[in-house]
Parts: sequence; structure tokens; C-alpha cells
Amino acid sequence: MSEKAKDYAGAKLGMWLFLFTEIVLFGGLFLLYAGYLHRYRADFHQAARDLNTLLGGLNTVILLTSSLCVALAVTALERGRQGQCLLSLALTVALGLGFLVNKFFEWSAKFSHGLYPGSAHLHQLPPGQEVFFGLYFAMTGLHGVHVLVGAGLLSTVTLMVRRGRVRQEDFVILENAGLYWHVVDLIWIFLFPLFYLIT
Amino acid sequence: MTEAASPQDSPARGFLTPEPGRGGLASWIFSTDHKRIGLLYLTCIMTLFAVGVCLGLLMRLKLMTPGNTIIAPQTYNAAFTLHGVIMIFLVVIPSIPASFGNILLPLQLGASDVSFPRLNLFSWWLYVTGALVALVSIFTGSGAPDTGWTFYVPFSERTTTNVSVAVLAVLILGFSSILTGLNFITTIHQQRAPGMSWRRLPLLVWSLYATAWIQVLATPILGITTLLIFSERVLHLGLFDPSRGGDPLLYQHLFWIYSHPAVYIMILPAMGVISEIIPVFAHKKIFGYKMIAFSSLAIAFFGSLVWAHHMFTSGMSDVAVLVFSFLTFIVAVPSAIKVFNWLSTLYKGSISLEPPLLYSLGFILMFSIGGLSGLVQGAAGADIHVHDTYFVVAHFHYVIFGGTGLGMFAAMHFWFPKIFGRMYHRGRAAWAFGIIMVGMNTLYFPMFVMGLEGMPRRYYDYLPQFAHAQFISTVGSWVLALGLLLMFHNLYAGLRRGAPAGPNPWGAATLEWSVASPPPKENFPEPPVVSKGPYDFAPREHHV
Ligand SMILES: [Cu+2]
Repeated sequence: MSEKAKDYAGAKLGMWLFLFTEIVLFGGLFLLYAGYLHRYRADFHQAARDLNTLLGGLNTVILLTSSLCVALAVTALERGRQGQCLLSLALTVALGLGFLVNKFFEWSAKFSHGLYPGSAHLHQLPPGQEVFFGLYFAMTGLHGVHVLVGAGLLSTVTLMVRRGRVRQEDFVILENAGLYWHVVDLIWIFLFPLFYLIT
Repeated sequence: MTEAASPQDSPARGFLTPEPGRGGLASWIFSTDHKRIGLLYLTCIMTLFAVGVCLGLLMRLKLMTPGNTIIAPQTYNAAFTLHGVIMIFLVVIPSIPASFGNILLPLQLGASDVSFPRLNLFSWWLYVTGALVALVSIFTGSGAPDTGWTFYVPFSERTTTNVSVAVLAVLILGFSSILTGLNFITTIHQQRAPGMSWRRLPLLVWSLYATAWIQVLATPILGITTLLIFSERVLHLGLFDPSRGGDPLLYQHLFWIYSHPAVYIMILPAMGVISEIIPVFAHKKIFGYKMIAFSSLAIAFFGSLVWAHHMFTSGMSDVAVLVFSFLTFIVAVPSAIKVFNWLSTLYKGSISLEPPLLYSLGFILMFSIGGLSGLVQGAAGADIHVHDTYFVVAHFHYVIFGGTGLGMFAAMHFWFPKIFGRMYHRGRAAWAFGIIMVGMNTLYFPMFVMGLEGMPRRYYDYLPQFAHAQFISTVGSWVLALGLLLMFHNLYAGLRRGAPAGPNPWGAATLEWSVASPPPKENFPEPPVVSKGPYDFAPREHHV
């Protein structure tokens, strides 16, 4: 792509299309969620009580803050403040990893209570609750993978900013990585109430 | 134009010229040139098509006589599964967009390449990876997948065959398809030459545009569906397992939300090809340009809302059945608009019956039969009778082989002189077309009859009453294979020894014909400025 003039609008359009596909990917799971919530309303309410709203809420705050950080990083580079941009990016990645650590503790607690996909304990619960936890692990798991990918992406971009490959005159890669991170955040904004707050 | 020419007077090689400094193969598989990537796709697709055809011939051979012959039931199950998976995901879905779309889209837009050339190469690599993983699924684990290409639960969760690896292959192929679609949409928006307004876009571009939107918006659902089957098998999530509260019907919904629109990924580009060919050989401006362009978008839109017509017998509310049945009939309208516009273009045209037009006419005939038989299944009542019978198999092969397949062959014969700079033997191409048409109809038409009489699809054996039709159908498969061999041999011979074709042998007016054949590496020596429509033909100066 280097041999021709950089197509800024094209790069943004391509990224937006990719983000659509991410949303549709999760859309399939949201569709399943809707179907099963309709069928097992009471079971879903009951099962949601087992989730730790405090940990979930904390993770929501963490992700929202990280979204702010990545937005600040973009603005900083736009104004030519490379150091500030690097700091904000590092903070974003750190918050993303913090989210995953939190998630790790949350999942381990569930596992130690015998709540994991295919467990015998889960099989004794009413079918609706088993489906709830199936969806819980599928959706938060897939989201977790996206957080991991996003953190990796932002780390790479951080390196590129440091080496001056992404700079004030040409920062569409940073912008696109930021957009990806916002979408990851956005998906969590929907996951959080659907699993933690429907008690 | 003469057919015979000495091999010495070879035309300039354009983008086919070997690159200095780079090894032969490396200059292809690491090239970001859209034309080379398109040819890479074409080669892979045609190779896998040959594999799929062989599997089909094997099944037909088994079904020629009733009883336990040639292959065991489990092998037969694997054969129809692999035939489906290979033909759908590795051949028909990428077919025209990935090969001819890649080669022609930038040329028709007057651009030097697609928007993201490296992403384009990456998506070809994904395609190859997917094909290799599919291959692995056949030869490893405890047996090749035996679920059918639809991977229906609960069987796909419980079978011990290698379904987990096969769905991963489909996932990777889906990702490849998404990236191609994303690239095409961006290219069409961003890379049009000055003067190439939306109303001057060739109709192939319009159809690729509509296709690309379906690829981008529907394929992720295939991704999540295959991912879920994989997790069901490996992690035992239980989301589709009735004993764990799951519902297999929701799997069918997810699967068809992708897989119905996918048939428009398959057919729309072929319709675009036909819309390019017909005006050229009628030597007449296309009739109803706007309606053809618009109907592509309409098919893409309504086609996304009809998926549950595959599930009339699966269990749904009557309201849902009626709504989906009604919407299915709606999709037939834009399809019919196209057919009528093509026929109106031919009407009072100055027709030259060259091979590309022959294949296009074949497309119209086969697609009309296939499309109308689709309405029999779209009608909720009639579907109960023909559901899961040979009728469906016949319908699908008329639409997809008779439609997309012949569309692809039409494209091959139309753009062959452009891509390779040489002409094939046109008389032999016409003969091959005739044999293919006879073979195809002999092969598939008896299936309509058997389906109406109740022959279920995917069965290893059958009642004596079907013996005659099954036999005729198998003979048809041999005729078809013969026609295909003749066609490919003729094209190959043209590739090696054909007479130089010149830049514009058909007198077409879209931009790719304004450059040399094969096109130069950079496409346009001078950036083109477009001042006329894609079907404003020059007065005819040559007689063929
Ligand atoms: Cu359908």
C-alpha cells in the first residue's frame, strides 16, 4: 500500500465494515440469549444471582475508563504530543489486562463451585440455569478473547507510535485500533446487564 | 479472426510476464497484484471443483443400481458431506467474486488495484489454509465428517467423525470470504476513476457490491455457528442439547440465517456476469440498467429475510411459516426482473452466438427452471411434500450448477482472451456447451421426478421403483463429465496455442477492454477518465 497515496477514508471505511462483522458475530449469541431468556425467564433471574455484581461492575468501570484512555491517546497524537499518547496507550493496555485478571478470579470462583461447562453440578440445576451458564461462558469467554486481541493490537500500535511509524501526520492505524477497543467495550456494556443485572 | 496461428506469434504477456529476481511460484503466492491473486483463486477453485465432481460421480455410480455396491454406507455418507462442503465453501462461495471479481473489479472501475492489496493476499492465504484444514479433517481422527454440509445438531454434536476440524475449516473460509467482501465494498466506494459515477458502474460491479454486503453482514453468523458447534463438541456447553435445556431448532435458525443469504453470494455475481455478456453479444445497450442494478440490492436485502423457509417441517408457528413463505415469493420478483431485462436486451439485438452468449443462454434456461422449482418449496403447503427429497437436490443443482456454474463458465469464455491474450477454439467450446447442457439435464431432471415420487435425499439405497430414473441420472453424470473435460481441454489448448486475441475481440465497452490483453501489471498506463456508460458500444466494425 506504500506505493500509492494513503487512502484515509478507505482505511476508516474498511475498519467500520470489520467492526460490523464483529457485532454480527456477537449478534448470533445475543439472538440465542433472547430466545432462551424468553423461554426460561425465571431460571435466568435465579441463575444471575450467582454472579458477582460487584466484580462485574468493577470490570465495567475498568473498561469504560480504558475507552476514555484510548480516546485521549488519539487526541494526544492528533496534537502531536507523542509522550502523552504513549502514556495513555500504556494505561489502556494495563486496564485491559486488569479486566482479564478480574475475569480470571471471577471464573476460578465459579469453577471451584463446580460451575463450568459440562460439569455435573451444572447438570443438576434446572435446564434454564444450565443454559444461562452455557451462554455466560460462551459470551464472556468470546468477549475475553476479544479483550486479549485488543490489548495485543494496542501494544503493537504503542510500539509503532514509539518508533514514529504512527505519528501526527498519519495515525489512522491508532484510530482504527481505538475503534476496535471501543467496540470491545460496547459489547461488554450489553453483556453486563444481561448477565449481572437481571436478578 | 482466424482460429489457427503459429505458436511463435505470442502476444505480450502483461501481468503474466515472469518477474525478474523472484522465483516462479513465489512471484505468484506472495504477489499483491489483484490479477495474480484472482488467477490463484481460479486455479484453486477449479482444482477443488474437479475433486467435488469426482465425489459426485462416485455417488452417482453407487446409486446407479440399488443395493450395497462399490462403497460402504459410511463412505457414502462421507462422500455426500465432502461433496457438499467442498462445493459450497471452497468452490461456489468464492467462485466468481474471488477469481473474476478480483481480476476485473479494479479494471472495470479504472483503478490500479483493490483498496487493501495485502489484505487481499491474506484472504487468499486464509482460503488455502481453510482448504488444507478441510483436507486434514478427511484423513485424520476417526473418519471423515458424515453430517452433510449443514452440520445439523444433535447429530453433529454426537457423531465420532472428525466434525470439529471440519467446522474450523469452514470458520477460516468464512473469514476469508468476509475479508474479500470488505475489500470489495471499500474499493467500489474509494477507487473509482474520475467520471466513473455510480450510474456508470458496470453491472458486474453492482452485483459484486451487493454480494460483498451479504458476505460482510451474513458470514459472521456462519462464524459464530461453526464456533458454537466446535465448543459444543469440545467444551460441552449444551446450548443446542435438549438434555441440557438447549434447543436444536435455534441451531437451524442460526445456520440458515447465513446459509440462505449465502445462495445469493453464489448466484448474484453470476447474474452480474450474464448482465455483462448479453449486451455485448446482442450489440445493444442493456435494457433496464437501473432495474438490474437495483434488483441486485433488492435480492440482497429480501434474501436476508427468508431463511426459515428451510424449516417449514422443523416446527414453527403457523404465522412464522406464512411470513417466511410470503417473503420467499417476494425474492422471486427481483430475480424475474433480471431475466426479463436480459430477454428484452436480446430482443431485436444484432446477436452473435459466440460461446460466452451460449453459456449465458444456458444460464437463463437452467436458472429459470431452478428458480421456479424453488417456489414449489417456498410454498408452505407444497414444501411439506417435497421437503428433504431429491426435488430439493434437483432444484439446488439447477440453480447453483446450472446458474452459478454456467455463469462461471460463461465468464471463463468471455474474459479468457482478456486475461491470457489468446483465443480458444470457438467451435469446440460450442460443442462442449451442448454436451454439458444435455448431461446436466439428464443428470438432474430425473431427480425432480424422483423427488415428487418421494425419494429422500442422502439415502444410500432406494426402492426398486426408482431404479430407472436413478440409472438415467447416472448416465447423465457421465455425459456431463465428458462435456466438462472437453471444455477444460479446449480452454487449456487455447491457453497454450490459441491465436492472439487483441485487446477487444468481442467489441465490448467496459474499461478492461480498453487496455492490452493480458492487462499490463499496473492496469492502466494512463489513469483513465470515464466519459461514457459501460454499454455504449462503438458501431460494429468487424464481422465474426
Ligand atoms: Cu433458502
